Amino acid sequence: MITHNTLVVVLGCAALGVAAGAVGCFALLRGRALLADAMGHAALPGVVAAALLGAWWDTDPRALPPLLIGGAVAGALGLWAVQALSATGRIRQDAAIAVVLASFYALGVVGLSVVQAMPAGAQAGLSHFILGQAATMRAEDAWAAGLLAAFCLASTVALFPRLRALCFDAEFAALQGLNIRRTDAALMGLILLVCIAGLPAVGLVLVVALLVLPAATARMLNQRLPGMFMASAALGGLSGVLGALLSAGHAGWPTGAAVVLVGTAFFVASLLLRRA
Amino acid sequence: MAPLSIHHLNVFYGQTPALADISWEVPQGLTAIIGPNGAGKSTLLKAALGLIPSQGEVRFFGTTLNAARARIGYLPQRASVDWDFPASALDVVAMARTPRTRWWGALPRREREAARAALAEVGMEALAERPIGQLSGGQQQRVFLARCLAQEADLLLMDEPLAAVDAATEREIIKILQKLAATGRSVVAVHHDLASVPDIFEHALMLNGRVVAAGRVADVFTPAMITTTYGAGLAA
Repeated sequence: MITHNTLVVVLGCAALGVAAGAVGCFALLRGRALLADAMGHAALPGVVAAALLGAWWDTDPRALPPLLIGGAVAGALGLWAVQALSATGRIRQDAAIAVVLASFYALGVVGLSVVQAMPAGAQAGLSHFILGQAATMRAEDAWAAGLLAAFCLASTVALFPRLRALCFDAEFAALQGLNIRRTDAALMGLILLVCIAGLPAVGLVLVVALLVLPAATARMLNQRLPGMFMASAALGGLSGVLGALLSAGHAGWPTGAAVVLVGTAFFVASLLLRRA
Repeated sequence: MAPLSIHHLNVFYGQTPALADISWEVPQGLTAIIGPNGAGKSTLLKAALGLIPSQGEVRFFGTTLNAARARIGYLPQRASVDWDFPASALDVVAMARTPRTRWWGALPRREREAARAALAEVGMEALAERPIGQLSGGQQQRVFLARCLAQEADLLLMDEPLAAVDAATEREIIKILQKLAATGRSVVAVHHDLASVPDIFEHALMLNGRVVAAGRVADVFTPAMITTTYGAGLAA
């Protein structure tokens, strides 16, 4: 038996999964998985700052949009920091990612304890942004997730030849007249969008799995990009549905973790299928 | 009008000059770029194509890179891409045809057939549908060459087209290069095997951070010039 609440969560997670699967396909091929992880973690201080501002102006502490906008700004700042650090030429990108991920996250955790000491702050339930809590998803959140999924699908389909050219051989594509900077920025923007949208439901620790698992599974099962792309979006959606149902049936299972575990099960199955 | 003319080109890696004051006119026909490791051979191709920052003037067919884009083909080093990418041989070659139509939607059948024809030209028609990760090194190089051919360019810049390929593939690639030159195209190839230079190429650019010599192979590919280009180590 499925209650109205469960249905909302299932549909919301499905939409989020489709969006993440579609974008994740190109994130994986462009080698942006760790960068996505850094952006997710870097969002926390932005969420906290938005909550502090909200408390200052005495707005509804549970309103999601301001928190997510704060997260997006901080996530973009984190991305910029990684690129600025890599551009020095003194440290490589993996180290830059580690520095940014850890420092932004640490700042966010300290800020979180400050916010939670305030009466309005405690109501916002900001700690859910770390591990996610899809169970609190409201109908309007599910609608927003649906819109996001439609936007991500439409964008990736419209940009498909550009993104493929960028991911396979960026220099060759540049020579053919493709604007590499703009295409890369569009891809990073989509990745950031999915990371931020996934924060409340899946949490910043696991949101990267939403992008990577369906794409990696789809890659195991497909030798050509169109098939991989469709499989990735479908697997993302399916993981969302099954994960949300699983967590609804087991009180206390965080939805984000359940979605990721379902995605992992698919991935392991695809490894075995590939061997066979 | 020269297919490519370069005037006072300078490239820096950080503070270190990689190419100093390069001035060079590419003639019609087959031209080799030769020089020791680190001489800036690949750098010269990439700088001319605007893929890395440089100072100086570069003109293609008497006009700018942007205006001449459709007439320029490029074959990067095989190791520069991820061969585990989910694509068939035909998919890779078809990517050369995308800008001829539009940067969205599926590729028209006509363009896909042109890509197939380019694969046939390098003897890879039978493997068109095979995933590129399952091809041998020589077959991958043929796919790359087919992608370059599918650009239908008048000037082809190739970075080591003969690197690490089997003897049969090497013969076939050389035949294709000569056919291109015979049909009025210009081919510039970074080349490593000094012994085969006179057999394959008509012209040579001898490079070592600067232009040591440029001209007809018969004129510039001399023991003295080779020593100057490579240093005394190779003279023995």
